[in-house]
Formats: sequence, C-alpha cells, structure tokens
Amino acid sequence: MQKTKLQEFIDVLEDRTGIPGAISHFMGEEIPASSGWHQIFGSVALFMILVQFFTGIMMAFNYAPTPGLAYDSLRYIMTEVTGGRLMRGLHHWGASMIIVIVVLHMLQVFIYGAYKKPREATWMVGVILLLLTLAYGLTGYLLAWDNRAYWGTVVTTQIGATVPGVGPYISRLLASTGDIGVVTFARFYSLHVLALPPLTMMLIAFHVILVRRHGVAPLPGDESKPKKKFYPEQVFKDTVAIFVAFAILFTLAIAVKVPLERMADPTDTKYVPRPEWYFLFLFQTLKMFDGPLEVLGTVVFPSLAILAMLSAPFVDRAKMVQVRQRTVAIGIVLLAAIGWGGLTLAAVKSTPPQSAAAEIDFSGPVQWMQLKSSELSGIHYFKEQKCDVCHNVTAGGEAKNGPNLLGTGGRHDQAWMLDHFKNPQKGNPTSAMPAVNLNADQMNDLAAGMAALTVDNGDLVANTPQFATHGAALYQQNNCAACHKLNGVGGEMGPPMNGLAGRRTEAWSAEHFINPQKMSPGTPMPVYNFNKTEMDDLLQYLFTLPDKAPGA
Amino acid sequence: MSDTNPTPPGMHRRGFYQTVIYALNALMGAALAVPTLIYLLVPPKGRKPSAYVDAGDVSQLTVGVPVEMSFQQSRVDGWRAITEKKTAWVVKNADNSVVAYGPQCTHLGCAYHYEESTKKFICPCHTSYFSIQGAVLSGPAPRALDRYQTRIENNRLMVGVLKPSDGSQA
Repeated sequence: MQKTKLQEFIDVLEDRTGIPGAISHFMGEEIPASSGWHQIFGSVALFMILVQFFTGIMMAFNYAPTPGLAYDSLRYIMTEVTGGRLMRGLHHWGASMIIVIVVLHMLQVFIYGAYKKPREATWMVGVILLLLTLAYGLTGYLLAWDNRAYWGTVVTTQIGATVPGVGPYISRLLASTGDIGVVTFARFYSLHVLALPPLTMMLIAFHVILVRRHGVAPLPGDESKPKKKFYPEQVFKDTVAIFVAFAILFTLAIAVKVPLERMADPTDTKYVPRPEWYFLFLFQTLKMFDGPLEVLGTVVFPSLAILAMLSAPFVDRAKMVQVRQRTVAIGIVLLAAIGWGGLTLAAVKSTPPQSAAAEIDFSGPVQWMQLKSSELSGIHYFKEQKCDVCHNVTAGGEAKNGPNLLGTGGRHDQAWMLDHFKNPQKGNPTSAMPAVNLNADQMNDLAAGMAALTVDNGDLVANTPQFATHGAALYQQNNCAACHKLNGVGGEMGPPMNGLAGRRTEAWSAEHFINPQKMSPGTPMPVYNFNKTEMDDLLQYLFTLPDKAPGA
Repeated sequence: MSDTNPTPPGMHRRGFYQTVIYALNALMGAALAVPTLIYLLVPPKGRKPSAYVDAGDVSQLTVGVPVEMSFQQSRVDGWRAITEKKTAWVVKNADNSVVAYGPQCTHLGCAYHYEESTKKFICPCHTSYFSIQGAVLSGPAPRALDRYQTRIENNRLMVGVLKPSDGSQA
C-alpha cells in the first residue's frame, strides 16, 4: 500500500523529532474503566489558565504598569480599543471562574479519595497550585489602580503586616511599609506577570507528570474491568466541559460589565474596601477576632487550613473505598461548604453599601462631571419636557421630527434659544415645536444645557445619571450658586462644593440642610427641607463632583 | 484493517467523538481569534485631529529660502495627551503663499536638512535630494516631502495636521 504524502511527512517528523509519537503516547494513556464526566475539572482548569495567560498578554499590549498611568491605560483599553472591554471581561471573569473550577477539581479528588497513596505528591502540588491561583487574584487586584484596587490592597498588606515576627519583613517585601505606591505596584505587577506564570507552568507540568506516573485514580472494582484509552472518549468529555466553561466565560464577559471606579484616591475617607468574592470569607473571619486574638484570623486559621489540606493524604491512610461509603469525606466537604457560604453571606450582609460616588462606572464617559450646574439642570429639563421625543441628541441616532441638537451651541446663541423656546414659530414659521412651558430661570438652564451638547458629546445626555441632573436642577432652583462655587461658577460666601466629599460625610451634609445652625453654629445657610428623593439626589450629585473644579 | 469487514460498532462513536472534539476546538479558537485580531488591528476610536497651532511670524521670511520653524503641538498618544515640540521646514513662495514640510525624509524617516550651496534639501541617510518645492530630485525617496496643513492668520503661520504627499508629486 502506498503511503500518502501526509503519512510520509509524519514519518519523517517522527524520525527527526519524535513529536507525533509523543502525542499519540499522551493521547493513548490507559485510564480506568470508571473514568468519566467526574474527571473533567483538571482539563477545564488547565484550559482556563491558558485563557488567562492569553488575555493577560493581550491586556499587557495596551497597559502601562505604573500607578496613575495603569488606570489611564486600562480606561483606554475599555473605552477606546475595540474589543478591549471583552478582553478585560474575559480576564476578570476568568479569574473568578478558575477559582470555582480549581475548587471543584479538589472536591472531586477529595470525595473520591484520589489523593491517597501513592498520589500524595500530586495532591500536595495541587494545593500549592490553589494557593498560587489565590496569589494571582491578590496581586492582580491592584493592577486596575482604581479606588477598589487601592483600598483592597491597603487592607491586604496591612493584614500581612500583622503577622507576628515576619510582619515587618512581609511589608518590606511588598514595599507597603508606608503607603501603597510605585514600588508596591511594581512588586505586585512583577509577581503577577513575571514570577507567578512560570512557577504555575512548572507546577502544572509536574502535576500532570505525577498524574501520568501514577495513572488516573481507579475506583474499587476497576481492576477486573478492561482499561479505556484517554482518546477519544475522555478527550470528548473534557472538550465538551471546556466548551461549556468557555461559553459561560464568554457570556459573562459580554453581558456583565466589569466596573472601573474612580482612580485610586489615598485621601478618600469614605471608601469601603472589600475584597474579591472568594476572599470574603477570610475578610469575615478577621472581623470575629479583635485585639490580641486577631492573629487567629490572620495567621493561625489560614495556616491550619493549608496544613490540613496538605496533610490530608497522611491523615487519611485508609484503603480506597466506594464513593458512597466515604461519608466522612462528604461530611467534611459539606461542613466546609456551609462554613464558607455562611461566612461569605455574613460578609456580604454586614458590609455597608458603597457611596454613590464609588458606584459610578468610570469605564464609561464621565464628561457630565465637568458640566456647570446650570448645564446639568438644563439636561434635566430636556428630559422632563420630553424634548427627546422629537429631538435626537446622539451622533448618528435615528431621524426624529425635530433636528438633531448636537452642536446646537455652535449654531445658535442663548438669546436665540430662549426666543425659540418661548415662540418656536418666530424663527421658523413651519416649525411643529410647541412652546416650552418653563419659568425664566429654568428656560435659562435649558438653553445652557443645550449649548453644552457639542458634536463630540454625542453620548452626554444618555450617560448623565438621573441623580446628577435632578440634583443639579435642585441646586439651581434653590439658588445655591449665590453663595457656593461649583465647577468654577458661583459665589464665595459659602465653601466651594468641589471637594465636599473629602471634607464631609453625606450624613453630616443631610443634617446640615435640615438644621444648619446645629451643624455649624452662626452659619448664614438657610434651612432646606428636601424630601427623601430630593435629598438623596442632591447629596449624590454634590458628593460625586470632581475634587477640583475643571481647569482649576 | 480490511475493507471487506463491516465497520466495528465502536467506530461510529469514535468518529462522532472526533468530530465534536475538532468542531468545538475550532469554534473556541475562532471565538478567541476573531476578537483578538479586532483588538490588535482596529485603530483606537476616533480622536479629533489637533487644532492649528501658531508656528511663528512669516512676514520676515525671504522668498525661496527654507527656514526650520518649531512649534508645540498636542496629540493623543495612546492613553496620554501630550504636547511636544515639532518642527517644519517652511518655504515662502513668490506668490507669498507658504508651505510647511514635515521634517522627515519620505524614504525611511531620517531628518533631512537644507543645503544652502545647492539650494536643495538633502537627507544624509541615503542621499535623497528634494527641491525647494518638495519634489524628489534624486535618491531612493519614493515621494515628495510631506506637508503640514497650513493657513496664515495676521502674518502668523498656523500649522495643522501633517498630510502624506501623494506619489504623483515625486
């Protein structure tokens, strides 16, 4: 029989490199008859790690690893690079999914007793790989350099510093003795992208070699049945599982926005730091120990947990038995799951809600923060008067009855607009626009708001949160600008509104509206009795203002 | 294996497994490869070309004598907005119109200079010569010198974006 060209090529390749033989040797591994769907998790975890490497490299192509610029470049990835939001989504959700999959992998091995002799080393390498996975999460958390990243890392490094004896050295190692700064950032970045990946790859290779050395763990009864081959049946099952995981990851990356908060602000006194969900149980454990007992939560219990995992194969030396008879193992898993779930739930419930300022997604456009209160108020009336029924304010939006108002400030002055609002037919006899029913002050704001709609501001109206426009309208109606300066406009009798978030809490300010004399005796500030919605919106607006007026 | 025997029953399933393995891997490969190519190859979203900036007084220029003028131009560099020093070779024509050439040779981007004795621009890297009108006289340069968009306001030269010259001028 004559060989095909392909077969000839493969034969030469085999002779010179041995690669085809190695592949078929790997794929032809004999596995026990009981192998099946329960053993997919290892392959899925490996696949997800590779996706993380890939998306991480892609992000690094557009990333400046230094505080400040890190934030700018991540924002650039998310707002200006096509597909950048997807890349970050894949990397962010991939990190969470790896934790889930690695834990499922360990649970399967634990419940099936697959860590027992002679597979102790395989299990222990696996435990180290779990710790490395957590180390990725910890170091990667800082790299966005937003408030969340900064404050989360402040807490993490402080915990490290409390470890008796070695605490100060951990701080020095992470360069976190004083503040979290450029050196800390460089250490975290280097760990995340330089130190951890090769270490992970080596340990994964060792882990897989050990699996091959001892073979996939059989179940009692497997000895009497004929062995199966890894390829194609188990590869098929692994591939299907990988595909399901990938589909979930892709859906998460597209459908669930990964937030980017404001840039790290070490002076923000209101920020409530919280770790990633998989660290919440540790976060909660810490809360239960105060003072001298704190070391229990920071060092003793985590160390004991790691030690317990590492020593599991040596403690449990009994012969391998059927899964159904492994009640102790299943009991331990259930207890751990309940404990973990309870702690996580308690952490979620007991963490106070984040302030409005922290909830704004800075990966979207935030030009509205630069606007004057009159302009924002104008956008409020634009929406309230339903101007958007006939007027489009987005670039390239669908045609409506009235003209697109983008760039309207360049075409008409405020006087023209005021005339047009009062008597639309004056300038254009055929106009179908009804007269705008607002008082003179509101009309002025509307004109100011429309003038702010420049051609490159095509998403301004859509991206301005409701609390901001409503808050600004209230600010204008109550003539706050007579005494207060906001974004460069207003009087100087009262304190400026920019930077209020750094000076006061929302609770203080709310009380100050209702009872100014109580909060600052002798103040000329009048009493304002806002209802709840008004108070909330106005406070949110004032507390999300930039710290400094634009251009100041 | 002989062709006369019927296919063993397990072989059908084997074929199915293989098809699914290849199909799913191809699907996932494409789902990663396509967004990656878009991510790497599509230029970042549109930025406004920078506005015209003042490069200096042109009333004192001598007709036909190139002068190197410098100016500060802002541009967006990835995630940074930067203001940097740029230069242009500026020539006043007989009709008082002014041309501003980009300071790099169109061959491989070396900085060229004006040679007073021959009244030519010369690039030292691979000896491309350009006339005062910007045309290629000799050497490997593929096209005429690139020009900035310019306009004159009150005798001040306002410089805009650098436009590559089209090949026809060469």
